[in-house]
Amino acid sequence: MSINLLALIGAMLTIATPLVWAGIGELITERSGVLNLSIEGTMYLGAFIGFLAAARSGSPWVGLLAAVVSGVVAGALMAFFVVTLGLNQHVSGLGLTLLLIAICEFTFRLLYAGDRPTLDDKFAVLFRGTDVLAQHWLTYVGFLVLAPVTWWVLRSTGLGMRLHAVGESFEAADVAGISVTATRYVALMVGSALMAIGGAFLTLAVLGSFTLDIVSGRGWVCIALVIFARWRVWPAVLGALIFAGMDALQLQLAITSAFDAVPGELMLALPYLAVIAALAIGGRTVRYPGSYLKAYRRA
Amino acid sequence: MTGGATDTVARPLLELTGITKRYGDLLANDDVSLRVAPGEVVAMLGENGAGKSTLMKVVYGLVRPDAGTVAVDGRPLDISSPKDAMAAGIGMVTQEFSLVETMTVTDNVALSGTGLGRVDRAETRRRVVEAMERVGVSLDPDRLVGSLSIGERQRVEIVKALFHDCRVVILDEPTAVLTPQDVRALFETVRRLRTAGLGILVVSHKLREVAEISDRVVVLRRGRLVGDRVTATVRDEELAALMMGGSTDEVAAATATPAAEPSELEAAVGMEVPTDQPAASATTTAASPTPGTTTGTTTGTTGEPVLRLTGLTVSRGGRDLLSGIDLAVRAGEIVGLAGVSGNGQTELVEVLSGTLPVTSGTLEVDGQDVTSADVGRRLAAGLGRLTEDRRGSVVPQMSVEQNLVLEDLPAYTRRGLLDRKAVRAHAEAMIERFDIRARPADAVATLSGGNMQKVLLARALARRPRVLVVAQPTRGLDIGAYRYVHQQLDELRTEGAGVLLVSEDLDELRALSDRVVVLFRGEVVGEMPVAEASPDRLGVLMAGGGSS
Repeated sequence: MSINLLALIGAMLTIATPLVWAGIGELITERSGVLNLSIEGTMYLGAFIGFLAAARSGSPWVGLLAAVVSGVVAGALMAFFVVTLGLNQHVSGLGLTLLLIAICEFTFRLLYAGDRPTLDDKFAVLFRGTDVLAQHWLTYVGFLVLAPVTWWVLRSTGLGMRLHAVGESFEAADVAGISVTATRYVALMVGSALMAIGGAFLTLAVLGSFTLDIVSGRGWVCIALVIFARWRVWPAVLGALIFAGMDALQLQLAITSAFDAVPGELMLALPYLAVIAALAIGGRTVRYPGSYLKAYRRA
Repeated sequence: MTGGATDTVARPLLELTGITKRYGDLLANDDVSLRVAPGEVVAMLGENGAGKSTLMKVVYGLVRPDAGTVAVDGRPLDISSPKDAMAAGIGMVTQEFSLVETMTVTDNVALSGTGLGRVDRAETRRRVVEAMERVGVSLDPDRLVGSLSIGERQRVEIVKALFHDCRVVILDEPTAVLTPQDVRALFETVRRLRTAGLGILVVSHKLREVAEISDRVVVLRRGRLVGDRVTATVRDEELAALMMGGSTDEVAAATATPAAEPSELEAAVGMEVPTDQPAASATTTAASPTPGTTTGTTTGTTGEPVLRLTGLTVSRGGRDLLSGIDLAVRAGEIVGLAGVSGNGQTELVEVLSGTLPVTSGTLEVDGQDVTSADVGRRLAAGLGRLTEDRRGSVVPQMSVEQNLVLEDLPAYTRRGLLDRKAVRAHAEAMIERFDIRARPADAVATLSGGNMQKVLLARALARRPRVLVVAQPTRGLDIGAYRYVHQQLDELRTEGAGVLLVSEDLDELRALSDRVVVLFRGEVVGEMPVAEASPDRLGVLMAGGGSS
């Protein structure tokens, strides 16, 4: 049995990319005290709208832009439910996920009854021919721009302080003249846009096509990663890499003859088991943000 | 701070004119007008529910008045949010602090008014330190607020007001949660603010504070401003009468009755009577006999221990919440447990109730070891309890009669069915005996705090406990209920049961207890007969000054 380590790292980075985009998106919304369970549906929406726009226009850039817009709309909708109407965050998020996936599937079946459409033009791989560095630009931007910039914004800017204050104690934020409503709307819209980019990465960069199981639980993995990371950017990136590493490993092991006897399903479950184990070990003593899951109403 | 020296006296910094606020049938504020001059400390006195909080919320933009204006420096303002208030120079320190525990002192102070872009932390920190020096507050600007004591957090709030160049500072019940030492530090800070020319409004229901710190006192009753007096010349009895609505003579008479329980007058006006402050004691000598002498203290006739904790330790996550507690309550005595909130009192009550497991040590009720017994067996052994979480101890949507039998269902069940007649009869008996102002079928949620406490008291006492554990039994209660609860605890002692009284109200502890035990960081740091438990001594121990 032989494992190509460099190829493994390369695969890990690719697999981790949508988790980094969507995970950081979730992290931003949760920092404002909103658990955004619409993440799975929003990633799905981004993947589908991105694909659709790219297929119609012939340009993956148009697809990405459309995905971002769809994410912002999904985030605004979620904000309308949990901020403006003050509805339960769990129910709103799960409901929105079911709704978005259903709409996308329905539209897909209407437009492409039975076909397996592919894009004429998808995002190209940079540094083709190398093992590790042959990645899409979204991977580079995700790790080298999005993560450090988010980290810096959260830590060193007034915007980050506002997000922190709203997420930890919205009464204190309100008294300090910070609008809880506006902060949460912005966090949800920006965060959901990042989730949509994570989804669009799958169709516009990796596959170049759309399938009905395109997201397959990656959104839920992000929810776990954010808790595992305790709402900090770099641990979330690390968590994404660990999950992706396990996934890349099981992909390689599945094609080596030594593991013929192991059921394929078990191999597929490996990274998810790793997430559960990580949460079981590290997630027990987590201190959640003070206004997590709560809607704000002035007394 | 203030510009023109000549006209500052004449022109008030803060001026409220005709503030009126109505909630349905209730007039929370009725045409209230009030002025605060620069360099003046005005105290606003009033009972719970007199409308103080509503008025403060109006000034701070959290509540819109139906009529009236708020003016600063003679300019009428349109205040619709705390931000507007702050921009107008009004700073407020509320009872519930508006702080983010996971942020540093610096970030908390600077939070309001921070833009969206990069924060210059070094510069902000320098300005925060400067503001702290101006009022003589010393705090580490880099510490997380979550690691500060209550008193320290309050200082952060005051610094915050100053940092934003506030010219009027409102302190809402500032001493409610402080140790006597913290209170002294606070008053020192207030004096400095006054010297700096700020206007200060202290909202309080404690006469002692008012006498010590203010230049002028205004009294609010049922939403109306009923009095405006100069502190130096007003008598406490007069203020008490204004607060309660009785005549001065009536209150003075009650005050002068020699046999009156010390808690009586305090209860009557919902205040703390100065007991050892030479400056103020002259006016109230009659009201403050030696604590413990009149409530029928029965030290000496106490019997066997009915509650005994030996080396009781509770750890969670590697941290000791309670460590090595040795404590006994004997039959016929009340033991008071003092401590600043968060030093293990809540955990102790939970351990006794059986909702928090013991890590090591033993717990006996009336001679039986109940260390690892469940709640039912503890009740059977003779333990009664009244926790501080009143609403968490009842099922609000259920009726009074159902809540009364909740802990004792088997006794009211026949062949698996609830015996409704017996339940009703029991409820009627309890309502009669404990003077609960409700019908058996009323939902507990509709009861006032005092009546809810009576339901809980009835439930606990109906089982004739050998020892009763009570936490904050009178918090938030009105005068009548306050006295009633004290009377019941006193009777329980006379009947030979033991009582462990956990309270943050030092006057309550000193009025009722035979012995006082002080808890600090989960350890017993002091124990003394009540006669030796002066507020000063308790304060030192409560602040950790007694542990080496």
